[in-house]
Amino acid sequence: MTHSGGYVADPRFRAIEWLPWLLALLCFFVAPSYLPLGSYVLTMIIFALSLDLVVGYAGIITLGHSAYFGAGAYIAGIFAARVSTEPLTGLAISTVGAGLLGLLTGVVILRTRGLALLMLTLAITSLCLEFANKATGWTGGADGLGGFAIQPILGLFKFDLFGKTAYLYCLVFLFASWWLVRRMVYSPFGASLTGIRENDVRMNAVGAPVYMRLVVSYTISAALAGLAGALLTQTTQYVGLKVLGFELSGELLVMLILGGIGRIYGAFVGPLVYLLAQDYLAKQFPEYWYFGIGMILVLVVMFVRGGILGIVDAGIAKWRGASA
Amino acid sequence: MNAALEVRKLCKSFGALKVADEIDFCLERGARHALIGPNGAGKTTFINMLTGRLRPSSGQMLLGGEDITELGQAARVKRGLGRTFQINTLFLKLPVIDNVALSVAEREGVAWRMFRAANAHRGVIDESMDLLQTLGLAEDARNSVARLPYGKQRLVEIAVALGLKPRVLLLDEPAAGVPSLESHRILEVLAALPGDIAILIIEHDMDLVFRFARRITVLAQGAILAEGAPAEIAENQRVREVYLGERHV
Amino acid sequence: MQDFLSSLVSVAFHGLAYGMILYVISVGLSVTMGLMGFANLAHGVFAMAGGYVMLTAINSQGAPFPLAVAGAFVAVALGSMVLERLLYARLYTAGELEQVLFTIGLIFMAVAVARLIYGALPQPVHLPEYMKGQLRFLGRDFPTYRVFLILFSIAIAALLWFGVERTRWGAMVRAAVDNRAMAQSVGVNTTRLFTLTFSLGSGLAALGGALGADIIAIQPTYPFEHLVYFLIVVAVGGLGTLRGPFVAALLIGVADTACKYWIPELGAFFIFAATIGILLWRPGGLYGRAAT
Ligand SMILES: Nc1ncnc2c1ncn2[C@@H]1O[C@H](COP(=O)(O)OP(=O)(O)OP(=O)(O)O)[C@@H](O)[C@H]1O
Ligand SMILES: [Mg+2]
Repeated sequence: MTHSGGYVADPRFRAIEWLPWLLALLCFFVAPSYLPLGSYVLTMIIFALSLDLVVGYAGIITLGHSAYFGAGAYIAGIFAARVSTEPLTGLAISTVGAGLLGLLTGVVILRTRGLALLMLTLAITSLCLEFANKATGWTGGADGLGGFAIQPILGLFKFDLFGKTAYLYCLVFLFASWWLVRRMVYSPFGASLTGIRENDVRMNAVGAPVYMRLVVSYTISAALAGLAGALLTQTTQYVGLKVLGFELSGELLVMLILGGIGRIYGAFVGPLVYLLAQDYLAKQFPEYWYFGIGMILVLVVMFVRGGILGIVDAGIAKWRGASA
Repeated sequence: MNAALEVRKLCKSFGALKVADEIDFCLERGARHALIGPNGAGKTTFINMLTGRLRPSSGQMLLGGEDITELGQAARVKRGLGRTFQINTLFLKLPVIDNVALSVAEREGVAWRMFRAANAHRGVIDESMDLLQTLGLAEDARNSVARLPYGKQRLVEIAVALGLKPRVLLLDEPAAGVPSLESHRILEVLAALPGDIAILIIEHDMDLVFRFARRITVLAQGAILAEGAPAEIAENQRVREVYLGERHV
Repeated sequence: MQDFLSSLVSVAFHGLAYGMILYVISVGLSVTMGLMGFANLAHGVFAMAGGYVMLTAINSQGAPFPLAVAGAFVAVALGSMVLERLLYARLYTAGELEQVLFTIGLIFMAVAVARLIYGALPQPVHLPEYMKGQLRFLGRDFPTYRVFLILFSIAIAALLWFGVERTRWGAMVRAAVDNRAMAQSVGVNTTRLFTLTFSLGSGLAALGGALGADIIAIQPTYPFEHLVYFLIVVAVGGLGTLRGPFVAALLIGVADTACKYWIPELGAFFIFAATIGILLWRPGGLYGRAAT
């Protein structure tokens, strides 16, 4: 159930892995008033998946992943505002653009380790935030960028007021991202990322091009983050400064940890629980909300490193042990 | 010249400390060569330079006649250089078989594949399993390394290096920290290695050295003190003073 | 020309004041990171707490300024000592990720508590009369309070230097930074050393936060917003040195002030770009040991 990949792990789908998709579809029919929130959750799950790839599998600790999410979001916004409001082209360009930014920055920063790397990731997203803030001609600065109406997808499906199209649009791309990440996790490439995370000295000694592999994983992850950002822009038809900076990176990291790191579905559970709770609690008691999240984070780190899914796994193991 | 590995005037200093002082060294093809010397003599540092983990201050290294001084670790491994570490350097949380498979996959050049499942690479898995079989680790294949006793972990360390099918194998104290009963097992494994691999072994256990090596180099304070057949080294007065004497009193 | 000179002096002066505050806040972070290898992202929380303690003491208790500042130092130093013993100490051996997450958690909690007690707006700063005026020097006016800040921070830097270079505690810290196992084996009680050093570092942060409340406004988002700057000072300066963060803080204080004054359209852009450049050139920072 941990989906840690490797050479003995069985890559076939378990029945329970279809559950998230069933729930997502169920939600579409049963809770139509939640669809805008649902779309947001779906994009954040894509974003969390991309983060899981670098943090959970490759072991690159980053505080700056919002740089790529934001890059995708702004590219999509600028493209829609200036060039064309065709959604799929915009999505493709944003994904590639964020991936390129990931490649460029990854090549540069992944030579370092530890505090320097942490700092560099933070500096990059701060730099992007400052850039978006100051380049008002392109980004609208603090006001953000909006006022564009995205065309129907493939000329067929109009983005409706209730967010039905948007929800399915996000769901399709989440499905694709999930499929990609899952394949990668179970592949030799994924196994080698785990190897690098566990012991990079040894990976170097068996002749693995460690640096190149980190750069590639970082680039793929950045592209996925960009895809998520672009989806957010297109479905909300707006992009503002909140898509960049340390706060979003930190929050995303919190969601991922909450769900469980390095196990694929932690990236599903974390954002879902976090954002639902936030929607419910944060409006009424913002202070308590932040306090609670901080508290949970501290407790998770101190006591339950595996997050929610880790607890579930431990519970199942215990139950099995008891019934055996 | 029939050298698998050759080193010319290799120097390395850590600040004021000279750990390699103009080392000239040659490892023949199919050699069974031991490198001995007191603690801190610079043996591990020497190996780290050979594998590209450390840059020498000056000097030249040749692998099979080709200059590898400027090459990175990966490029040297690709050319047939494998090593083990003095202190276990393994993927502790991963299953034993994955430790070996990661190494085999690199050699076979499949480690970049992103879409086919690792589990579907039967070639890699079978080869890793065979290796574990020969080292007597087959039963532990699916256990995580962390759960093995130390002696078996040392064998995994060797298995990972063998997964690279090296032509030159550098073993840094393969039996260090292993109880003597189990160290026999390690010696058996080493003795059974294919004859065409050139092996350089660092070892403090003189019993093991004299049973395994056909040639011995003695390193002290970064410089080569003596080199020769085991019998010559055992007779060598300076070696006895500096090294053997100190151990056998 | 005259104008330019005048703005040059002004930028240098305000940059210096800002840099010195950055130094006092960040130096503790540099020492704890170098000594304990702990990535403490919550360091800004202590600075913010110092600011709140001082401002509360002045604004609602009517405490005199020096007493309020001293109170901020003592309260936060003691509080952080408790935190260190209860929580931080358990994570010294944990991975970087755990430390990062744990300290982000602390930031969230601190931000919430600050907002609960003080609301979202910045706290007003009321300086005593004797700090308010201008000092005339070489035919120019300088705000008294900033002059005081600079002098006071220099005094702290000197005191720290003396403490680390000349006292027994300093010798132990230096030994433990160099080689912890070795220091332990020669009888240094590292547990106590860590606690004391941590609480001193946090106390200094509180001092910086309190004194700098005039420059860096005290509000709940403080630990998030300014973390980047504190970390930049530490990373650019290099871990485990005193000189590193000092030089880095001055560089950043002056450069940031200059940029915002002359090329406001770039804002903090230059600082981040320069940080990236410096860290790529020297991953261990300007004065740090080369990263291995
Ligand atoms: N990275 C380093 N920086 C500074 N000094 C080092 C470094 N690595 C090793 N040394 C020093 O270099 C000397 C040689 O170390 P090395 O590990 O090569 O010795 P060795 O012969 O392998 O000893 P042993 O038998 O104990 O394994 C030692 O004095 C050691 O302290
Ligand atoms: Mg050694």
